[in-house]
Formats: sequence, C-alpha cells, structure tokens
Amino acid sequence: MRRIDRVFKQLKAKGEKALIPFITAGDPDLATTRALALEMAARGADILELGVPFSDPLADGPTIQAASLRAMQGGVHLEDVLNLAGELRAQTQIPLILMGYYNPMLQYGLERTAAKAADNGVDGFIIPDLPPEEASPWRVAAAKAKIATIFLAAPTSGAERVRTLGRLTKGFLYYVSVTGITGARTELPPDLAASLKEVRALVKCPLAVGFGISTPEQVAALAPYVDGVVVGSAIVQRVARLRGPELIKEVGDFIAALKAPLRGK
Amino acid sequence: MLPDRHGRYGRYGGRFVPETLMPALLELEEAYRRIHRTPEFRQELSWYLKDYVGRPTPLYFARHLTAELGGPQIYIKREDLAHTGAHKINNTLGQGLLARRMGKTRLIAETGAGQHGVATATVAALLGLSCDIYMGTEDIRRQRLNVIRMNLLGAKVVPVESGSRTLKDAMNDAIRDWVTNVRHTHYVLGSVGGPHPYPMIVRDFQAVIGQEARAQLRRRTGKLPQCLVACVGGGSNAMGLFNAFRDDPVRFVGVEAAGHGVHTQHHSATLVAGTVGVLHGAFSYLLQDPWGNIQEAHSLAPGLDYPGVGPEHAWFKDKGRAEYVAVTDTEALSGFNLLSRTEGILPALESAHAIAYLKRLAPEYTADDIVIVNLSGRGDKDVDAVAEAMEVSVEAY
Repeated sequence: MRRIDRVFKQLKAKGEKALIPFITAGDPDLATTRALALEMAARGADILELGVPFSDPLADGPTIQAASLRAMQGGVHLEDVLNLAGELRAQTQIPLILMGYYNPMLQYGLERTAAKAADNGVDGFIIPDLPPEEASPWRVAAAKAKIATIFLAAPTSGAERVRTLGRLTKGFLYYVSVTGITGARTELPPDLAASLKEVRALVKCPLAVGFGISTPEQVAALAPYVDGVVVGSAIVQRVARLRGPELIKEVGDFIAALKAPLRGK
Repeated sequence: MLPDRHGRYGRYGGRFVPETLMPALLELEEAYRRIHRTPEFRQELSWYLKDYVGRPTPLYFARHLTAELGGPQIYIKREDLAHTGAHKINNTLGQGLLARRMGKTRLIAETGAGQHGVATATVAALLGLSCDIYMGTEDIRRQRLNVIRMNLLGAKVVPVESGSRTLKDAMNDAIRDWVTNVRHTHYVLGSVGGPHPYPMIVRDFQAVIGQEARAQLRRRTGKLPQCLVACVGGGSNAMGLFNAFRDDPVRFVGVEAAGHGVHTQHHSATLVAGTVGVLHGAFSYLLQDPWGNIQEAHSLAPGLDYPGVGPEHAWFKDKGRAEYVAVTDTEALSGFNLLSRTEGILPALESAHAIAYLKRLAPEYTADDIVIVNLSGRGDKDVDAVAEAMEVSVEAY
C-alpha cells in the first residue's frame, strides 16, 4: 500500500487528522532542509511537502517566492531535491511529496523525473501549473513509477470539476482555501467551512486544505472538515528569519503546536 | 483553423495554469466564441475601431526608404498612427468590450514598453472600468512617458520588483493578481502568448492589420506582396499582419531582438536561439537554463524583452511557414535612424528591429517585388533611451 494512503488510513483509525508542512528545498541550503524535515517528522508532521525551486513560481506569494529565490541562489534544482528525498528516505518512512512547477520536470524528462523520484522514495507530486486537462503525459509517467499525482481544487472550480479532480487525484485532494496565491493570512474566508463540507460530499478520497493557514487556531477550526491541513508560508517565514539550532527548535515547536489540535480527542 | 479544442497549435499552446484560473479560461473561451461573431459585437467593435482608433491605418508606400535600400518596393503598415500610438489598442478594445459583456468591472494587464498598458488604460477609461497595470521597475525607468500616460488615464501602475524587473516578471504578478481577483477581473493579456484562449483571441483582434493591408495593397497594385516583415516579442503585431495572408504564397519574416548578440547571455531571440518548454501557461519556445528555470531576456526595446513567444509562432517555425531572424540593439538603432531620416517617421524601438532587417532582406528582391513591413508603434516613448544609447556609443569611440 502506498505510504500516503497508509498514513490517512492509520490516522483515521486513531481519529486523527494529518499535518502536512511545506518548506522549500534548499532554503537556505540542503543541509538545513534535511535537518528541518527530520525534525518536523519527529515533532508531529504526518506527510512532508518539499518545494522544488523555480524561477517563476506564479501560484506563490512573496514568502515562497523569496524562499525559491534563496534556494536558486544556492544552485539547488530538481535533481538536488530528488537526491535529498533519497537521503531523507534512508532515515524516515514519512510520505514525501514534491511540490514543483511543470517546466523543470519537463526539461528533466517526465519519465526520468518519475523514475528517479520512485527510486528515491518520493511518494507524490503536486504541480500547481498542471491542471488535469494538460496532465495526461505526466500521469502516465507517474503511474508507471507508482508515484501519486495530487491535484488541487479551488474555490472557483465548481461541483463538476471538483468531482473530476477527486476522481483523478491520488493520495488526497488538495483544496485551495482561498481564491489566490500562497501566503499566510490572518483571516480565512468566512465560507471556507461550508465549501469544505460541499467538497467533502463530492469526493471519496481524503481531503486536505491549504493556502493561507498559519496558526494552531486556524488548524483547529478547519480540522473537523478535512483529513489533513497543509501549512507552508508560516513555516517558511521562520526559515527566513532564523538560523541553526534556534531555527530547528522553533520549527519543531511550531509543528507540535500545529499538530496538537489534529490529534484524536 | 487552429487552435484545436485543447488550445493547441500542433504540439504548442495549451493551458498550463493553476486550477483557480481554469474555470475563468473556460468561461472566457465560451464567452468569446458566443459573442465575437454576433452582429452586435462586430458592429460595436468596428464602430470603435473606425471612429475611436482611427482605422483603417494607412498602407504607406515608403518611396525614400525604397530608394535608399535599392531592392523591393517597401510599404509600411502604419499602426503607429492608431490611437495611443501602437497596434495594441486593436486587442485591448476587443477584450475590453468582451470583458464588459462578461460583466467584469476591472481590467488588469502586464506591460513592457508601456504601449499595451497605455492601450488597456485607455480602454478602461473609455468603458468606465477600473484598471491596474503591472510593470517592471526597470521598464518604468526606461518608459517614463508611458507611465505618466497611464496615470493620466486613471490607471494604477503597480511596480514589479522581482526577477529582471521587466515584462516576464510583470506577467507573473498580473497572473497572481488574476488568480486572486478572478471573479470580477478580466486579465487583458497583451500578446499572442499565455494560456488558451488568449493566443487565439489576441490573434483574431489583431488580424485587422493584415486584413486591411491585404485589401489596401490589392486595391492599389492588384497584387499580393512577396514578403511580410514584423518584429516579434510575444508576437502579436506579427501574427496580426501574417494571419490574413496565411493561405497566400507570401513569405513571412519575424524579427526577434538579438540584444548584444544571440551568442551572448543578453538577448530575447526566443525562436532563433531558444528551446521548448512551458512558461506563463503555454508550451512554446523559451529561454531557459538546462534545469528549466527561465532566463532573463535582454533587449533595448522593452516590448521585445521577453523570454517566451506565442505558441502559433512556434508552430509556424516548426512547419517552416514563417522564418525567424534576429537583429541586435545596434542594428535596431540604425533602423531607428534610417526610418527617421528617410521618411520622417520615428519608429518604436520594437518596430525598428523590423526596419533594420529590411537592410539585410532588400538585396534578395527586385523593384518588381513588394515587401510590407509592420510599423507596430511610434517612437516618441523611446527618444530618451535612444539618445542615451547613442551618447554611450559616441563616448565609446
């Protein structure tokens, strides 16, 4: 059974929800990403999402744009992130998902990306600029390598597309909480809970929500409606601010605080 | 005619965008197909094109330039005489009228040279829509005149600080804005690039250039031209000229910006020297490193300073329907001077690339042949940059 599917099944049995933290790989360097990933896995993360740096991240807000730029300044590209996944896989069984834009994968080769990802223990890909209409070549390559393609659904999608996305996605469906780009927000849309209920009724797969979620309070408020919560920019902001052991501890504590409201009662 | 129902021109094109935008692109395509052929829309658009934009623009026989170059008869399609000073208004007017019928209340756009920004701001003022224009800070510096024009027209110019601070980065931020405000905002994309249906919509609204030129030349000479020449950044003025001749035995030449030279790191010659990949929603040629990161483009002409190109041009290139060449900053400056001095017309630096290439093209033709060059915009916006560049080259000697 795939690692992602197993995690959702085990959490469900325990009455827990998944915490899915995101950091950009190579921000500020690969050694820090490795240390952060292992710390997050130890402190309550259930699935890890690693961003692949890209020059033109058009679905991302300023926080993740800056992280992508810092990683690129260190020369980090797709192959480095795949290698990093391999190092992490040697030390942890936590599911690893890469979030990256399509062009670097296209240039590396879709089959080559999928095959190397599988060899290095990557479980899935989220590709924000690859809607289902354009995804067939990648889905074929990913399926061959047994890599999950995780689709995003948005508040603009509408029932028909959500149903299709729920049918095509593997692992879980990633619901984008806001009509907008990534980035920590102090307030989430007031109708988010209602939207999540609607989506839940339309799809059979596990459902995770992300974009803009930055505090344990927000996580607690959303937990009843989903199977998992993605937190990205709020962690990346800490990576931008701190260094060394102080950073590792701060992120570890933050992960523990975010996970607390997701644990079973 | 292409694109197919997936928005593809052969292997090029498509819709590589975040899910949030997919419904908006589908809605736009549906609205465009439903509205653009209706008599009401066509009447409204042609009324504005005639009485507001001043179309048809002249097809001018450039006698002195023809004599100077000693080759074919050169006709200039005077898009510089369209309202706002460039061909961009053909598209922004069409999209503005479409957006209004779709119930959108706000227009956004990216701009490089500022011509598309000015044209969008103009249409927003005309139609009573609010308007934000994304522009790289490097271009704001280079094209101050157009920034002032946009402000005077009531648009807000949003400075973009990321990347190379030019057109590519402005487009990233315009797309990010659209992702956020898609429900009430229409994104007026300015070239034949980006995700489907934009390359088709922009081509169709710009096709008036070639339709007029073809009819004007036939009326005057009874002939077709041997060759069409236009500059290519994203490629809208070139596609607008080429489209009406696509089934005729007429040669198409697209002139890209070679900047400091296509063998340097400082050029914008996407079709001449690029490789295929995905940027800004479309599969096409682009400038990228081996890892798929987009490279910064360079051109003295801000409207050509873009590392991508419209997918239909990519298809034309592969099919051999059009040929694509590149001229350097220095050649473009000499093209600027050539047209200014022979014909008394200051071309936009972008269009000066097409003029410059005529020098290389002329020896291939005789006085019986006809070449039409698209003068996509006027050069007032560029006089500071040209003066600066000339001084620099004077000091170098």
